Amino acid sequence: MRPSGTKAKLRHAVRLFRAYTLLIAGAIFLLFPLVWLVSSALKPDGMEFVYPPKLVPDPIMWENFPRAFSAQPLLQFARNSAIIAVFTTIGSVISSSLVGYGFARLRFRGRDFLFNVLVATMILPEIVTLIPTFLLFRAIGWNNTFLPLIVPFFFGGGPFKVFLMRQFFLTLPVELEDAARIDGAGTLTIWLRIMAPLALPAEAAVAIFSFIGAWNEFLRPLVYLAAKDLWTFAVGLKFFIHEFYANWNLIMAAALVMMLPVAILFLIAQRYFVQGVAATGLSGR
Amino acid sequence: MSIIVEKTSARTRQSIRWRKKLRDDLRGYLVISPWLIGFVLFTAGPMIASAYLSFTKYDVFSPPRWAGLANFARMVDDRLFYVALRNTAEYAVMAVPIQLISALFFAVLLNQKVRGIGIFRTLFYLPSVTPGVANAALWMFLLNPQFGVVNALLKAAGLPTSRFLTSIDTVRPTMAMLSLWYIGTNMVVFLAALQGVPDELYEAAEMDGATSVRKFVHITLPMISPSILFNFIIGLIGSFQVFGFVYIATEGGPANASLMYVLYIYRHAFENFRMGYASALAWVLFVIVLVFTMIQFSLSKRWVYYEGGTEAS
Repeated sequence: MRPSGTKAKLRHAVRLFRAYTLLIAGAIFLLFPLVWLVSSALKPDGMEFVYPPKLVPDPIMWENFPRAFSAQPLLQFARNSAIIAVFTTIGSVISSSLVGYGFARLRFRGRDFLFNVLVATMILPEIVTLIPTFLLFRAIGWNNTFLPLIVPFFFGGGPFKVFLMRQFFLTLPVELEDAARIDGAGTLTIWLRIMAPLALPAEAAVAIFSFIGAWNEFLRPLVYLAAKDLWTFAVGLKFFIHEFYANWNLIMAAALVMMLPVAILFLIAQRYFVQGVAATGLSGR
Repeated sequence: MSIIVEKTSARTRQSIRWRKKLRDDLRGYLVISPWLIGFVLFTAGPMIASAYLSFTKYDVFSPPRWAGLANFARMVDDRLFYVALRNTAEYAVMAVPIQLISALFFAVLLNQKVRGIGIFRTLFYLPSVTPGVANAALWMFLLNPQFGVVNALLKAAGLPTSRFLTSIDTVRPTMAMLSLWYIGTNMVVFLAALQGVPDELYEAAEMDGATSVRKFVHITLPMISPSILFNFIIGLIGSFQVFGFVYIATEGGPANASLMYVLYIYRHAFENFRMGYASALAWVLFVIVLVFTMIQFSLSKRWVYYEGGTEAS
């Protein structure tokens, strides 16, 4: 019944042309700010705002990066962010995997109620708990340490991550677990030796979310870290913008440096990232 | 004799069953204990503390003093409270539809079966993972009213330029427009939903001679309605909590035109150390978000379609 020959081929070509035109237009639109960021980070002083705008800097100022790094201790800020992000990731992956396993596979009274509570906490605005949590950490002397930014992630890592892990564990076959249980393995052993390794794709997604989330986080480091030598990149960059208000090439260079780790991580591991987001979003079903 | 034996064995059986249940409970609670402890320490406990603080005056340096409803009474007369609430609501009303429509549009584009689509998916998502602070700096630069590249391009194209973030009339619409670049999550959620729509439905509609528009309205939209609800709620909650951008790029200005609700709470709590009033403001935000979410869920029964006709939680 399909119309054959040249007519169909032509229609196919038109469809392809339309698809790629729209896709390329979309990509240019969405990526233009980042392209301009890179271009401006490499422009000589005073050339950031020339009219008409120039995409390719002349000359290309690679020196802007060392200049930005020596203007403020960006390396120190980056190291602080990296430490917080790494520990956040470790805590989130271990605890969300364990808790997600519990909610998916173990049977106990009150489980479904508690899981609904967990889901409900997703809508809780962070600022509501931030004030008393800040007071609590201040009272125990954790102000101006990384602990308030790291320790809470060892307690499940947040409702989205537990939810994601639980959804993944629900899809795994029960037979493996049953076999191990018959062999006398305990629950924690089954999780650690059998289930956690099988859930690596979901754990990878949690790891990427955690790292990127911690690296990008602004409000909590701003609240907890007053001492400059503890600032994260996000807090330091805010200060940098203030300090070098006219030097947009240096600000753009610093912003680009802050973006690079997450952009690279995303490009490497985007498959897990995207699958993780999709799995959380299909929660309605 | 035999009756007694039967009775005891039944009782032992019952007690064994009961003990097994208890053991299961213990094991379950042990495994979820990290979350449970975290929930008590970092969510439930702080919420109770926050509720208490909202009835006190507390400057951090001296102990909290009971103030009854004073904080809430103060809110009624607080002009900036209304300004922050209105700004935030106005931003959300603009930003959420922009996010949903553009995310769905990009998801439809990315759902086309052409070669290299994976690269486009990655590129479309990339801006969404970049840090908010870096982006705030970038947009301040791009949207500079006198020299920024966006106005330069608009001028070159013969279009009117804008003051963007520096005028009280344009700052909120500009912020809402900027959410176009951070729709990665919504886009992927829509994309996954689009891929879940069975091809047979489209094929059947084509047999009946349905146009693309009719197929989209009558098949695609109802089939992906759970993801629309999800994105709507996530978008609304996110919009009510905008902080970093206004803290960095506009500092709430010009003339409080971008004073957003969380920024207002932040200033009270962490710049002026009015923890009591800030907690009261935070609770109002929580109630608003809760009410909107509940309204949305109850309305959703009319327009969200769940496969199999049963609602999953």
